[in-house]
Amino acid sequence: MRIAVLSGKGGTGKTFVSVNLACVADEAVYVDCDVEEPNGHLFLKPEITKKESIGVFVPEVDMSKCTACRKCVDFCQYNALALLKDNLLIFNEVCHSCGGCILFCPEHALTKKEREIGYIEAGKSKKVSTLSGCLHMGEVSGVPIIKKLIDKMPPNDAITVVDCPPGSACVVMESIREADYCVLVAEPTLFGAHNLAMVYELTQLFRKPIGVVLNKCLKGDNPSQAFCKENQIKVLTKIPYDEELAKLNSEGFVAVRASEKYHEIFFELLKQIEQEGLQ
Amino acid sequence: MKVIVPVESKSLDAPVCPSFGRTPLYASYDTETGNHEFLDNSAAAAQGGAGIKASQMLVDHEAAVVITYRCGENAAQVLDAANIMIYKAEDATVAENIEKLKNGSLEVLLKIHPGLHNHGGNKR
Repeated sequence: MRIAVLSGKGGTGKTFVSVNLACVADEAVYVDCDVEEPNGHLFLKPEITKKESIGVFVPEVDMSKCTACRKCVDFCQYNALALLKDNLLIFNEVCHSCGGCILFCPEHALTKKEREIGYIEAGKSKKVSTLSGCLHMGEVSGVPIIKKLIDKMPPNDAITVVDCPPGSACVVMESIREADYCVLVAEPTLFGAHNLAMVYELTQLFRKPIGVVLNKCLKGDNPSQAFCKENQIKVLTKIPYDEELAKLNSEGFVAVRASEKYHEIFFELLKQIEQEGLQ
Repeated sequence: MKVIVPVESKSLDAPVCPSFGRTPLYASYDTETGNHEFLDNSAAAAQGGAGIKASQMLVDHEAAVVITYRCGENAAQVLDAANIMIYKAEDATVAENIEKLKNGSLEVLLKIHPGLHNHGGNKR
């Protein structure tokens, strides 16, 4: 079963929920798709067994073949090329790697060149296998790395937990693409409820079964809980705003490995997700 | 030599447009003949790479000088490679800026911004 953990904003507890779900399972795969700032490794501290470079291709020009016909410049919808008298400028960061310029060049002056944008690391943390993507600083899109991570997931009879990037943009859509179930993590604030509404809408668009984890729960009103009630969304569990938990997290401990109380909470949560996913 | 100034309406008495790559129009002034014309900026509504596309148009137009408040790094790279000088516009009309250029009182634009697209600007 592939469980994607997402939220409309950063800092709600996606990594906390993902890491602990993976660790409470007998055996699981944890996939860190938050490639702009992967941080599951801070808790899992995996032993890295494999590292792989991820690249995209960009065009490269051989000016001795270029006849300045401009077909490439005119074709490019992203304006990644500019033709001067004796030079063709290529803006790698603007290029979306569609390959159109190479295809349309009648002189075959353009060829593919690989450009590294990040890497993937595979590792092991006790019974949890880890896959983590990292995008190089300054790069525009982590989508190619996430695609690779999703392709590397094991068949869905294993428990796989996908730690998604925050928000509801392309990187999140790519991360939940193969998910059987989506867990939305939400904070008990108005802002939290607004962001929950955004990811809720996204998961509905993708027709994914979902459940909500209400994190950092305090006494008093919880706008995220109210949103769930209003929209008849299943609340899977409520995790308290807890000093003990804050301490465990700040010291880089995995809560379910260090605390009996949290082991129980997440054991029940995983069981519930598995049941929900079967329906 | 052709001098280019981004402008929002077809008048030399209009102020300089604050955007270089996404200005609706460019005033093109020929210092030899004193004639001017207005060029539509086909890059104004481009999804991305507007500065590159606009600069390409100015290269094709054989511009020698651009007067602008600001310029992104991709656009500056195209203009530089085509030996087009970039001067910093002053808070005045297009015509007044062209006069200042002729008097030699405009400064070369040194501050090139890293672009607003996908670099922490207001676009996602």
